[in-house]
Amino acid sequence: MLAVKTNKPAQFSEEALAKAKEIIARYPEGKHKSALIPILHIAQQENDNWLSVETLDYVAQLLNLKTIEVYEVATFYSMFNLNPVGRFLLEVCHTGPCAIRGGEWLKNYLCEKLNIKPGETTTDKMFTVKGVECLGACGYAPMMQVGKYYYEHLDTPEKVDALLEQLRSRVDFKHENWVV
Amino acid sequence: MGKKILTENINIPGINTIEVYKQHGGYASVEKALKQMTPNEVVEEVKKSGLRGRGGAGFPTGMKWSFIDKKSGRPRYLICNADESEPGTFKDRYLMEKIPHLLIEGMIVSSYALESNLSFVYIRGEYKWIYEMLWKAVNEAKANGYLGHNILGTGYHLDIIIHCGAGAYICGEETALIESLEGKRGNPRIKPPFPAVNGLYNNPTVVNNVESLSAVPWIINNGGEAYTKYGVGRSTGTKLISACGNIRKPGVYEIDLSLPVKEFLFSEEYCGGIANNKQFKAIVAGGSSVPILPAELFLKTADGKDRIMSYESLNEGGFVSGTMLGSGGFIVYDEDACIVRNTWNFSHFYRHESCGQCSPCREGTAWMEKVLYKIEHGTAQAKDIDLLWSIQRNIDGNTICPLGDAAAWPVASAIRHFREEFEWHIEYPELAQRQNYGLLKSTREKLYNTETTTV
Repeated sequence: MLAVKTNKPAQFSEEALAKAKEIIARYPEGKHKSALIPILHIAQQENDNWLSVETLDYVAQLLNLKTIEVYEVATFYSMFNLNPVGRFLLEVCHTGPCAIRGGEWLKNYLCEKLNIKPGETTTDKMFTVKGVECLGACGYAPMMQVGKYYYEHLDTPEKVDALLEQLRSRVDFKHENWVV
Repeated sequence: MGKKILTENINIPGINTIEVYKQHGGYASVEKALKQMTPNEVVEEVKKSGLRGRGGAGFPTGMKWSFIDKKSGRPRYLICNADESEPGTFKDRYLMEKIPHLLIEGMIVSSYALESNLSFVYIRGEYKWIYEMLWKAVNEAKANGYLGHNILGTGYHLDIIIHCGAGAYICGEETALIESLEGKRGNPRIKPPFPAVNGLYNNPTVVNNVESLSAVPWIINNGGEAYTKYGVGRSTGTKLISACGNIRKPGVYEIDLSLPVKEFLFSEEYCGGIANNKQFKAIVAGGSSVPILPAELFLKTADGKDRIMSYESLNEGGFVSGTMLGSGGFIVYDEDACIVRNTWNFSHFYRHESCGQCSPCREGTAWMEKVLYKIEHGTAQAKDIDLLWSIQRNIDGNTICPLGDAAAWPVASAIRHFREEFEWHIEYPELAQRQNYGLLKSTREKLYNTETTTV
């Protein structure tokens, strides 16, 4: 997948910048590249949950790495979103053990309900549905991840509807960011 | 009730805090190991226990430790592999969520054994809340003098860094994990050199699973000898099994490795039998990578012996009629499960997770997925089954890391044990397209005869 250019300069809040410095300091001297993945997580939180070309370049500069070193990592890992996503990214597990207990149903139901295809975002930019590989919650299927937490045992339309409603009303969702 | 070594205290309220954890004997092994034992004595004790790697490969932990290069004087690292992402496996998460200090305690003792002064936990990025919990546990341990400089006044110092990944199954492979920890793509390295010689930052490194490291405190407190009293033969001790699929009581269970499989699957204490009064059809006993077995071959070996939940017993019959204990991801299928669809699903998984370094895996996994898609959706021809067989043969053993093998085995075993189901999909494409479930032979015959009524 290719990263997207926005022509908007990326930046970190002061708090995030301090956190990034703290993370770099964790690793042995000269091994600051190890901090790349954690800092990309921060970059994503700072920039509406996705990584634009500008954000990647900014991280490269911050860590004193070549931009290609950042691009190759950002494109390898599935948690880095290289395209804009909705306010709530609904990551539904569709791997084997979930699939036999309703994982496929959950993904289809969400898409139907929100009137989008997997990978797409609703027009109000509220929800994106994404099928993801095993999240390690096989016994509690069907399930999905939204933000920091897992939502498990979503086996009836009522439970899913209630969760969507609950999410819609969460204006403070950004504060549920995890501390990298 | 079987012996609980890892999960004995797991349901005590507040056990995730250091105060409660210490009240229940927590960190005793750190005191014992650091004050009364030399690093080599710790290694010997773990060797004596016969503890085997709980991540999937089952390699003896003590032996792995003894390979680490201590002579060259380079820094040594211990990395805890918490990248749990094998489909069907969710046991490490259970330990870390409930009793994070157990892992930290195990890591301190193990790092001491390896004479490492910096250790890492590489946790998968999706476990965000557990990542925070582990940092909290590390900070608590530090505040109580179990981490940092001059631990308990013994002169030994150790720091633990919790490091998050970002979603890649391949990073559970130890050399890919090391690459990822260095801030690169998770491409596995060619071995040798093994990590024990050249690992993280080109220094000697040991990578151990969460569950293996969590067993170390008990072994140090009670002695390696005592650990061998549980389990059977070379499968000593207890193991966490994460049971899922069509069973009545999915969840994580700690079992003695000598437990009969029948008891584990059907007794109320464990899985509680198949859900909804269905029949037991097939099982993947150790995470998606191990061969799938039909019910009969799982309960009894090909020569009629009852199986138990040990490494050896599950492996009896090799790949022809046996399977593996693997990571303990126990996926049970009832009579309605479609093996073709399930195999297609797993192939999709391996295609998605292949790092792309080796051609047989990169091309082969995508090809297998396409062929399986055709079979499942009723557009395949009879010769496609043989094609599928030949593709998996050409992946198996021809790649740098075991992901290629792991992608090939589910396909090979599904064809070996459920070939007629593949043939059925090709013979009755319309039914295959419309009906994904209900594919026990008897159900199928019923379906075929009454085609117009149901489906």
